[in-house]
Amino acid sequence: MYNRIRKLPIFTHSHRILIGVFMLMAIVALAACGSDDPTAVPAQPTAVPASSSTDTSGPTTTTATTPSTAELHGGSPDIFLKGFEDAAADSSFRATSKFAAAAKPLAAGEKLKVGFIFVGSQKDLGYNQAAAEGSQYLEKAFPDIEVLRSENIPETADVQAVEEQMIRDGATIIFATSYGYSGPTKAIIEKHPDVMFLHMGDVESFENYSSFFGNIWQLEYAAGQLAGHTSKTGKLGFIAAFPIPQTLLNVNAFHLGAQSVNPDIKTTFVLTSSWCDPAKQATAVQAMVEAGVDVLTQHQDCTKTIVEAAERAGIYVSGYHQDASPAAPNAWLTGAAWNWGPVYSEIVAEIRQGTYKSSVMFQGLDAGWVKLSPFGSFLSDEVKQSILDTVEKLRSGNFQPFTGPITDQDGVIQIADGVVPTDAQLQGTGYLLQGITGRTN
Amino acid sequence: MSDVWLVLGGTLTGAVGPGISVLYATYGELITERAGRINLGIEGSMLMGACFGFIATVETGSVTVGIFAGMIGGGALSLILAYLVIYRNTNQLATGFALTLFGAGITAYAGRSYVDSTIGGLNPISIPFLSEIPKLGSALFEQDILAYTAYALGPLLFWGLHYTRTGLSLKAVGESISVAYAAGRNPYVIQIAAIAIGGALAGLGGAQLSLGFTHTWSEGMTVGRGFVAVGLVIFAMWSPLRAMVGAFLFGGAIGLQLQLQTVGAPVSPFILDMLPYLIIIFVMALWSRASARAMPEGLKGVLKATT
Repeated sequence: MYNRIRKLPIFTHSHRILIGVFMLMAIVALAACGSDDPTAVPAQPTAVPASSSTDTSGPTTTTATTPSTAELHGGSPDIFLKGFEDAAADSSFRATSKFAAAAKPLAAGEKLKVGFIFVGSQKDLGYNQAAAEGSQYLEKAFPDIEVLRSENIPETADVQAVEEQMIRDGATIIFATSYGYSGPTKAIIEKHPDVMFLHMGDVESFENYSSFFGNIWQLEYAAGQLAGHTSKTGKLGFIAAFPIPQTLLNVNAFHLGAQSVNPDIKTTFVLTSSWCDPAKQATAVQAMVEAGVDVLTQHQDCTKTIVEAAERAGIYVSGYHQDASPAAPNAWLTGAAWNWGPVYSEIVAEIRQGTYKSSVMFQGLDAGWVKLSPFGSFLSDEVKQSILDTVEKLRSGNFQPFTGPITDQDGVIQIADGVVPTDAQLQGTGYLLQGITGRTN
Repeated sequence: MSDVWLVLGGTLTGAVGPGISVLYATYGELITERAGRINLGIEGSMLMGACFGFIATVETGSVTVGIFAGMIGGGALSLILAYLVIYRNTNQLATGFALTLFGAGITAYAGRSYVDSTIGGLNPISIPFLSEIPKLGSALFEQDILAYTAYALGPLLFWGLHYTRTGLSLKAVGESISVAYAAGRNPYVIQIAAIAIGGALAGLGGAQLSLGFTHTWSEGMTVGRGFVAVGLVIFAMWSPLRAMVGAFLFGGAIGLQLQLQTVGAPVSPFILDMLPYLIIIFVMALWSRASARAMPEGLKGVLKATT
């Protein structure tokens, strides 16, 4: 059995193995880098479940955190900004008669069906849970509404299949809650003119496709201020997934807030290239601790791993998307969270009355779209009050922390002295501020 | 200079943290392949281990029960493969891949209500004196119990494979089923045992990931680490000791790319993200001749039959 000295056809075998392994590696690398082209995947309506969260087939077996090409490229700020302005200019007040299916009065006992599609788990203590809780709020607010939910749907043609299925099941309003759903969803809106599609985070709107998102950066600013108060090493950490404009705006706001109380503060910005890869998140926390960071925050879809890892590492953590304070009683400072319930309810109510106008909408504290998570119990009243004051100032609209001069990493002035940026400009952020270590591409 | 130290420390810490789970899966796949079978369902076994280990820990409150549940979960999935490839004579590669998808589906279903559960989990145990060594000490000797057993398992498997009767029988089956049969062994029993143990070890790796390293269950959380293990077995040329090198290299590359980002290295994070995979591919291309020679005879038949 040890007669390996024999001359073997080595090349043919090693070739076959290598080709196989290269293909496997390519699959793994593709999954990890998530360079998935939505158009390359054919729709598979049969493999897709209707609205239950209990399925095991089709979409749930694939990696659910695939970003779109635009996300991978960090969304070129100029194109992003232009798209935003064009959309804002010509699409904000269009007639909405065509999707009036949802506005028709219901027969007795009939229910209005509203579909919700999530990219991750509804219990991820993060983005998807915040959206899922919003959908529960909607269900409670209107007894005659039935909500259809589908979770762990990747940002590919799979989402179209789920939307088609929901429409077959009678849904007349569909909330596509993930950023990367925009492309696949826009491809089918013309086919279903009587269904209203609502996307979260897109920058354009059509007759039956509307988009909205919250200015959560306002609370990142407040949370950053608290982090600046708390940090002893003067080093903050921000663990992000992809350098999309939303993320860059958040880290800039967080840094700016911290800088307002400690001008020398440094922020380290690390990308995991996945919206939810717990092992990589835990490794990133290790790397941050190694680098001397003592307050962490994040922009990931699932937030639990980082919050708990920070607690175990004995450093502080500021939350994102959702209140996760019970997971880290000694580490939790505060957090920026969504308040989607009232937003969804308001939109649905307007659609039913026939008064809703398809638009691109960004709202913040003043409209109550975002909220501050509870404070850590160990914080002093004085510090807590100062943060609440900041939140109040941001709510009143008299205070815009991004008022120029704003200088980026390379020393280029991005917002000139005294200039107050518009929401559209901020949502197109493509740079990191001075004092942040990290890269946008 | 301090940056260099920082990156070095991050690489070492990363080597062990995310590396241990891959190491267990590599051990498992190595045993399976030494017996002449390929199990591409190892990714599914890892997910089963991560998911059922986590569920059992949440339900019973005991990590020990969780670890065993993880091993049973991983082993059970690979037993399906054993039945199919040995008794039904199905294509090993296709069957393994199908089982990976099956494992991903079943864990997504079973684990969906445990995503937000918190557990005490496995916590690091510091080894006195050894953990005082700068950088290396905190990286290697402030780990959970499963990391220490993984350190020990490498040499133990090496000894077992080369110096025990069982190990020699296992290798004999991998080289030639008929010769092993003529020598009075039951090759199929040995292969089934090897596949089951391999799956159980992969399940243990998954359990380390969910119970030890992240304290989290999340759908598809292994993100291809099982397939990495399949590659690492070839990288290691079917030697448990080289498997340790490979797994730590893989983990270290993840740690390295994240730590490089913290010091603001002028390289795109997207390029850095490919690093772990590039390193493995590079080394395998370098060693392809040697590894083809080291491959168990039984595997050659599999690969030949599938092309």
